[in-house]
Amino acid sequence: MSVGFIMLAHAALHRAAQVASAVSEAGCPMIVHVDARVGAPYDPFAKRIAGLPGVEVSQRVVCEWGTWSLVDASRTAAEKLLARHPDLTHIYLISGACLPIKPIPKLVEFLGNHPDTDFIESVTIEDVPWTKGGLSEERFSLTFPFAWRRHRRLFDIWVETQRLVRRKRRIPQGLTPHMGSQWWCLTRATLQKIVEDPRRGQLDRYFKRVWIPDESYFQTLVRLYGSKVESRSLTLSKFDFQGKPHVFYDDHLVLLRQSSAFFARKIWPGANRLYRVFLESRRVPPQVALTTPAHIERTFAQATTRRTKGRPGMVMASRFPSLEHETVPTAAPYSVFHGFSDIFAEFPKWVRRHTGSRAHGHLFCKDRVEFFGGQTGYAGALSDGAALRDYDPDQFLRNLIWNTRGEHQSFLNSPRDTQKIESFLARDSNATIAIISGAWVLPLLRSKQPIDVIRKEAARLQKREADFIELLGERRARARTRMWTLAEFLERPLDPLQETVDSLSGVDSNMLVDMPEAKPLIGLADFLQSLRNSGMNPYLAGEIGEISEDLSTQSRTTGFG
Amino acid sequence: MGAISAFKLRMERRRCQVRAIRKSKDLVEVANRTQDIQQNDVLAFVTIRNEMVRLPYFLEYYRALGVSHFLVVDNGSTDGGCAFLADENDVSVWKTEASYKRSRFGTDWLNWLKFRYGNKHWTLTLDPDEFFVYPFCDTRPLQSLCDWLDQSGVRSLGTILLDMYPRGAVSGAQYQAGQNPFDIAPWFDAGNYMVSKNPKYGNLWIQGGPRARVYFHDEPESAPSLNKIPLVKWDRRYAFVRSAHMLLPRGLNMVYDEAGGEKTSGCLLHAKFLDTLIDKANEEQTRRQHFAGGREYDAYREKGNGPNGLWCEWSERYVDWRQLELLGLMSKGNWA
Repeated sequence: MSVGFIMLAHAALHRAAQVASAVSEAGCPMIVHVDARVGAPYDPFAKRIAGLPGVEVSQRVVCEWGTWSLVDASRTAAEKLLARHPDLTHIYLISGACLPIKPIPKLVEFLGNHPDTDFIESVTIEDVPWTKGGLSEERFSLTFPFAWRRHRRLFDIWVETQRLVRRKRRIPQGLTPHMGSQWWCLTRATLQKIVEDPRRGQLDRYFKRVWIPDESYFQTLVRLYGSKVESRSLTLSKFDFQGKPHVFYDDHLVLLRQSSAFFARKIWPGANRLYRVFLESRRVPPQVALTTPAHIERTFAQATTRRTKGRPGMVMASRFPSLEHETVPTAAPYSVFHGFSDIFAEFPKWVRRHTGSRAHGHLFCKDRVEFFGGQTGYAGALSDGAALRDYDPDQFLRNLIWNTRGEHQSFLNSPRDTQKIESFLARDSNATIAIISGAWVLPLLRSKQPIDVIRKEAARLQKREADFIELLGERRARARTRMWTLAEFLERPLDPLQETVDSLSGVDSNMLVDMPEAKPLIGLADFLQSLRNSGMNPYLAGEIGEISEDLSTQSRTTGFG
Repeated sequence: MGAISAFKLRMERRRCQVRAIRKSKDLVEVANRTQDIQQNDVLAFVTIRNEMVRLPYFLEYYRALGVSHFLVVDNGSTDGGCAFLADENDVSVWKTEASYKRSRFGTDWLNWLKFRYGNKHWTLTLDPDEFFVYPFCDTRPLQSLCDWLDQSGVRSLGTILLDMYPRGAVSGAQYQAGQNPFDIAPWFDAGNYMVSKNPKYGNLWIQGGPRARVYFHDEPESAPSLNKIPLVKWDRRYAFVRSAHMLLPRGLNMVYDEAGGEKTSGCLLHAKFLDTLIDKANEEQTRRQHFAGGREYDAYREKGNGPNGLWCEWSERYVDWRQLELLGLMSKGNWA
């Protein structure tokens, strides 16, 4: 009742030797195959393991990644082990970069409790999420005579040609292609049947031309001969989004201790602490809660998400999404109040009080950035300088939203501002924009300037605002927009305000009772008429009828009337 | 990219290499220990001028990280730095009195040394006031990063140059030889960087930080570039175009992901804003050997030494690489 090991090694042989000696010490036999391409480091390695009881080296062949040679090497070694050690119940295939993360006697004990179980990850093609090079079922229906690593071009051309002629190899009868991790632990009975298969010649010919046969030969045949297949590997190995194995380092010690697996791969050869702790330490490892693979899964799943999706709204030295790939340009939702500051005094303070949003002034004001509370800088050491902001306005806003993650931001806007952020706002689905169109007439009304000057300025502001509204109405615009004309707003100011507050706080229970303090509106209707008379139609303001000149009385009567 | 612009870039790369070979005549060997370089060694390439006080900690820092050999060009130091380095047994030194500006700020000299000694090695191209920080640098040596980049088929790693500064006047941060500069200048700007893409070379152009905020707020286009590609698996065919900001062939500049993901990246902590800057600024005013006539040193002389220096109440205090990762200044990418 024991387990024998096959080790395939091709690099960092000093580490492979360390593992071999640990296996030997545990009284398990092992056959080591070293890639024939390994040159000078082989001799000292062979010398070192020659003295280890139970450890042998096998005839070296050249092992190229993803080719039949790996199957061949492991099968030959398996045959040898089976013949030499009739007492073996299981054979475990490991690589030179594997490290036992539990004492080997524990493994022997575990296998003793599962004498008839084959531990091998073996899943049908349909269930395999990893399809390296975009190949899944084609692994079995095409041939792959060219090495993917060395002759990528030829490899691709050959695949394309076969696709063109719709080549479909016949899968030998009775086989259902399965794939899985190449690090398995099989029972003597199963392996014996595999190596003694009467169709072995035919199967070899077939699998020699399959792509990555070391991930499919044993995985497929075990379904034919295994009596009790448990489809999981006893070796912990994780693959990144390109199908390359993740490497374990010293800082993974805790993670490896938590794993329920018996081996882990692959270990960085310089991970001195891991090798020391798992191989040399004579201390009994502290009992940690096993089978918490969720934590391990999460660590590596996060790496894939980070590499493929990244953190939205962050631009840096290694993330710079092109326009068409940028799903959302900012990190969090924010709000823009366009026109509100022309009607209300201290509107940001009111927003802050009712919604908790960090309400800035006109961030894109011509002269300077009006940060919350009139500060000269803000989170992330943003500066209030207009030139610096206008050098890259998109990045300025992106930075502000990124730097304040976790706190909702909002700011004022007006056609008097720089108008350099408008197209960015329009394409940002995080932006909620509330617009009171035509509100820009109010400061003009209060300015008491000659009508000629006002007329020009009004035309300019109206044009800017119309452009902004047009941008927001474009089909590709993503910002959420609510819009009222000045006339609509003044008629029922409380409803839009309530709507705005609700959209921010996410609750609709706080009935607004206090209005923000309104600026004077005296003479608005007459003013608009005189603009019209002078030849400028402020159409964005809407048709203003008789309005009360005190907005707060107005609101109470309409709001609760 | 069309065939013509590809050809032009190829010619430019060749010119860089020819320049490097020509400028190699400037260099006089002081100590050459390059025969000690082993196959997988990570090499550091540095240009210095009167930086004696910085050298002990610089060497200590990078030795601890796993750099095996330093190849240094001394551009006319008079403070004994050259002799100090020549005595270190993992340093090779060349000296030159030639113009720093005309070697394109040292680029030609270092291109030559990399051409000659850096082939097939992971190389770090550094200034003596730059300290490389990468994901897991507190637990994983530089070699593990290089191994992983090799395995992933990545040839270069991008960083942002992060200007570090003291709280208070820069002249108040009195630096002693051997000291960790970030003990006295631990502050940085966390989130005011601007990024654009250089259409010709394909590299990112990053500006911002305290220098843009304090020295260049009125002319941000002149603010210094903060994008650097210090770590490259060198090949004879490669050449830096301008210090460590961009390389040819331009594929090496693609250290960033354009599809939304994050590639693995690091930061270069920049220990420039210490009292040592004052002598430099004075010297540069007469020497005029720096980029754009040392405009930056002028700005520093005019504006930089107020009571707060570069510090403001929104400055961030440096803790470790994880902090920089969270702030979005570097990324683990899919290195887990």
